[in-house]
Amino acid sequence: MSAVHPTVGLSDHGHGHAGHHEIGFVGKYIFSKDHKVIGIQFLITTLLMLMVGGALALGVRFQLAWPWRAMPLVSQLTGGLFAAEGGQISPEFYTMLFTMHASVMIFLVIIPILAGAFGNFLIPLMIGADDMAFPTLNMLSYWFMWPAIACFGMSFTVNGLNAAPANGWTAYPVLSAVVQAAPGAGDAQTWWLFGLTLVGVSSMMGSVNYMTTIINMRAPGMTLFRMPLTIWSMFITAILQAFALPVLTAAGFMLVAERTLGFKFFVPGNLLINDAPATVGGGQPLLWQHLFWFYSHPAVYIMLLPAMGMVSDMLAAQVRKPIFGYKPMVYSMAAIAGLGFIVWGHHMFTSGMNPALGMTFMISTMMIALPSAVKVFNWIGTIWGGKVQFNTVTLNCVAFVSMFIVGGLSGIFMAAVPVDIYFHDTYFIVAHFHYVLFGATLFGCFGAIQFWYPKMFGRMMSERLGKLHFLLSFIGFNGTFFPMHLLGIAGFPRRYADPYIHPYMEHLMPINRFITLCAILMGIAQFILLFNFAFSFFAGKKAGRNPWNANGLEWSAPSPPGHGNFDVPPVCYRGPYEYSSPLSEGTDFLMQTDPLRHTGGVGNAGDGHH
Amino acid sequence: MNKFWPFFFMFWPFVAVVLFFIAPSMGWWFPSEAFSPLGVQIDNLFYLILVIVSVTFVGTHIGLGYALWKGVDNKAEKGWFSHGSHSLEVLWSIAPAGILMFISLYQLDVWRTYRVKSAYPKDLYGVAEVTARQFEWRIRYPAPGKKLQPTPQPDDLYTVNDLHVPVNQPVLIRLRSMDVQHSFFVPALRVKQDAVPGTVIPVWFEASKEGGFDLTCAELCGWGHYKMRGRVFAERKTEFEKYLNTLKAEQGFDGVNKPSESGAEIAKTE
Repeated sequence: MSAVHPTVGLSDHGHGHAGHHEIGFVGKYIFSKDHKVIGIQFLITTLLMLMVGGALALGVRFQLAWPWRAMPLVSQLTGGLFAAEGGQISPEFYTMLFTMHASVMIFLVIIPILAGAFGNFLIPLMIGADDMAFPTLNMLSYWFMWPAIACFGMSFTVNGLNAAPANGWTAYPVLSAVVQAAPGAGDAQTWWLFGLTLVGVSSMMGSVNYMTTIINMRAPGMTLFRMPLTIWSMFITAILQAFALPVLTAAGFMLVAERTLGFKFFVPGNLLINDAPATVGGGQPLLWQHLFWFYSHPAVYIMLLPAMGMVSDMLAAQVRKPIFGYKPMVYSMAAIAGLGFIVWGHHMFTSGMNPALGMTFMISTMMIALPSAVKVFNWIGTIWGGKVQFNTVTLNCVAFVSMFIVGGLSGIFMAAVPVDIYFHDTYFIVAHFHYVLFGATLFGCFGAIQFWYPKMFGRMMSERLGKLHFLLSFIGFNGTFFPMHLLGIAGFPRRYADPYIHPYMEHLMPINRFITLCAILMGIAQFILLFNFAFSFFAGKKAGRNPWNANGLEWSAPSPPGHGNFDVPPVCYRGPYEYSSPLSEGTDFLMQTDPLRHTGGVGNAGDGHH
Repeated sequence: MNKFWPFFFMFWPFVAVVLFFIAPSMGWWFPSEAFSPLGVQIDNLFYLILVIVSVTFVGTHIGLGYALWKGVDNKAEKGWFSHGSHSLEVLWSIAPAGILMFISLYQLDVWRTYRVKSAYPKDLYGVAEVTARQFEWRIRYPAPGKKLQPTPQPDDLYTVNDLHVPVNQPVLIRLRSMDVQHSFFVPALRVKQDAVPGTVIPVWFEASKEGGFDLTCAELCGWGHYKMRGRVFAERKTEFEKYLNTLKAEQGFDGVNKPSESGAEIAKTE
C-alpha cells in the first residue's frame, strides 16, 4: 500500500506491485479487481437497468392514461407477451408493473449507481489510495449483482410469462406471504426475495470495503476534515448500510421461510384468503412493516446522501468557491444518518400501531428536516458570490438543489401525522419520493457522470447533448411529478389499475394523460444520455488530468488512471475546496496535492468560519 | 443568453406556484370540503403547512435564482473566498428548528383526538363492524336497539359495501380484515385507517353533512385493489333507524310468517 508512506517526489514507489505482470482481457475488463473498472461496470449496468425500470414505469403510466387499451408497440411486437389478451394490461399485470418498477429502480439502479458505481470509482481516487482495501471482495460485490438481476428476471418468468411479484416493493404480508392471496405472484415472490438478499450481499461487501478503505488508506495529509464531502457521504452511507441491512436480510429470510417452509412469522391464524385453507398460527403482519422499514427508511438516505456529497464537490468546482460551511455539511449528513434510524415509523402512521409511537416518530421525522434545510442553505451559500459557469454539470447540480427543496418540503406534509392520515398512500407520496429519488439523486448522478466521465475514459462528454438531455429530462420530470402533488390532494390513491371507476376521480383522467406524455418525453430523453455516454467514448474531446480545474486528489492522476491510480503517490496539503484562494496566483484553484503554496493558515476546509 | 439558465431556474417555481393557485378551480384539489369536524382540523393544518412551505419554497428559490443571476456575470477575477459563516449557520439552524417544532407540537392535539382512546368523544356510538376482504367491505350492524358486540350475534344485520351512519354523531367502527391488509379510506371525511389481519382496530369519525361518500381501499390488497368501492351514507337518526329496521325485516324474514314491526312495507312488495 504505497499510499501509506509519505513519499514525495517522482519515485517509482507508486506503481507498487501493479503493472509488473500482464493481466489478461478477462482479468482486466470482466472479473477485474480494479476499483475503476468495477465502478464503470456498475455504472453501465445501472444505466441499462434504468432503462428497464423506466420501461416498466411507462407501462404503469400508459394504463393510468388510457385504461384497458392495448399497449401500442408492445402488443404488436410481443404478441401479448407481458400482458393480458390483446395486449391490454390486466389488473394483475398492473400490480406487477409497479412492483417491479420500484424494485428495479431502487435495488438495481439507485443504490448501486451511488455506492457501486461512484463509490467504487471515486473513493480510492479521492483519498489517494491505489485501490480498495479488499479488491477481491470488491469484484464479488459487482458479480453478486448479476445473480440478483437474474433472480429478479426469473420472477418475471417462473409462472409463465405473465407472472411477477405483485405485492408492491414493500411486499407487505399477508399479501406477500400467502401464495393464494396474489395468485399471479406464485414463486415469483420467492425469487424476488432471493434477488433482494443477493443485492444485500453485494451492498454489504461494498460497505465493509468502503469503511475499511476510508479509515485505513487515506493518503498522507488526508485528515478526516480534509476529505471531500463525497467521501464523507460515502463513509456515512456505508455505516448506515452495514447497520441497517442485516435487518432486511433477516426479514427476507423469515418471509421466504414463511412462504416455503410453513413458518408463521407474519400471518395470523383464521384468515380466509381466496381459496386457501384457513390459516393457522399466530404471526403479526406489523412485524414485517417494522423490520422492513427499519432498513428501508435508512435506505432512503443511502439513496440520497452520496448524491448530496457529490453535488457539493461538483458545485464548488463549478462556481469556483469553497463549499459554504464544510463542517456543518458533514455534521448535517451525520445527523441525517443518525436520525434516519429512528424515523421508520412514519411509513406506518395509519397502520394501527400505538398512537404514542406515532407521536415520537412524528417529532423525529420533523427534526430530520432540519439538517436537510441546513444543507440546502449551505448549497445556496456556496453559489452566492461565485463565478457561475452554466455547463451540464452545474445545471444538473442546481436542479438537484431545486428538486430536493421540493421533495424536502412536501415531506413536511406527511411528517405531520394528521395530514398524513389523508395523504398516506395517495399520489402525494408518489410525488414526494420521486422528487427526492429522481429529482435529487438522479439529477445529481447525471451531473456526476458528466463531471467524472473524463476521469473514467479520458474524454469529455458532449456539452451540447448533455444540455439537451438535461433540458428534456427536467421538463419531462417536472411535468410528470409536479401534478402528482395535486392528484394526491384530490385523494388519488396509489397502485390503482383503474381509479376512474370511483366517481370522485373521474375528472382526473386528462391530467393523467398529460403526466403520461411528460413521462414519455422523460423516457426518450434518457436515450440522449446513453448515446452521449457511448458516443463520447469514441469521439469526445480528449481531456487532460484536470479538465475542470478542480482541487481533488483524483484530478492529479492521469485520465484515465492506470492500474494503481497515481503515477506520483499523492500527499494532501489542504482541504478540497480552496477555490479562488488569495494564495493561488494566476489561477483560481489550489489542488490538494499542491505543495508549493503550502502555508499553515488555510489547512482545513472548515476553518474559515471560526 | 447567459441569463437564460438563471431565468429558467426561477421560471419553473413560478409555474409551480401558479399551478397551485389555479388548481382548486380546475378540480385538482380536495374532492370536497371536509365533511367532518376532525377533517376540517386536518384541512386547516394542511393549509397552515402549505403557507409555511410555500413561503420557504419561494424564498429559497429566489435566493437560489438571485445567486445564479449574479454569479453568471460575476466580473470579479475570483469568486468570493468564504468558507462559511458561523452566525449564519446558527441562524438557519435555529429558525427552521423553531418552525418545525411549532408544527410538531401544534398538530399533536388532532392526532390525539383521532387515535388516543382516552381522548375519544364521550358520546361515541358503536355503529358497526367493518370487515375488509378481497375485494369488498362486509358490514355487521347490531340489531336495532342493541349494542355492537365483539363477537357476531344471531340477530346481527349484514350488508356489503354500504355503510350507513347517523349524521352529526361521532360513530365508532371496529375495523377488521378477513384476509390481507386493506385500508379504510373515506376522502370526504379525511379518514384513513389500515385494516390489519389478526387485529381489531377501533376507528371513529363524525359526518357533519348528510349524503353518500366514496369509500375506497388505500393499502395494496391484490389485483382487485382498485375496485374495492364502497359507500358511506350519513343520514338523520330517524332514517338511520328506519334503515336498520328495514334490514332487520329483510334479513329476519323466514319466508312464512309476516315480518314483524316496521318491516311491513317490505312484506307488501314481496
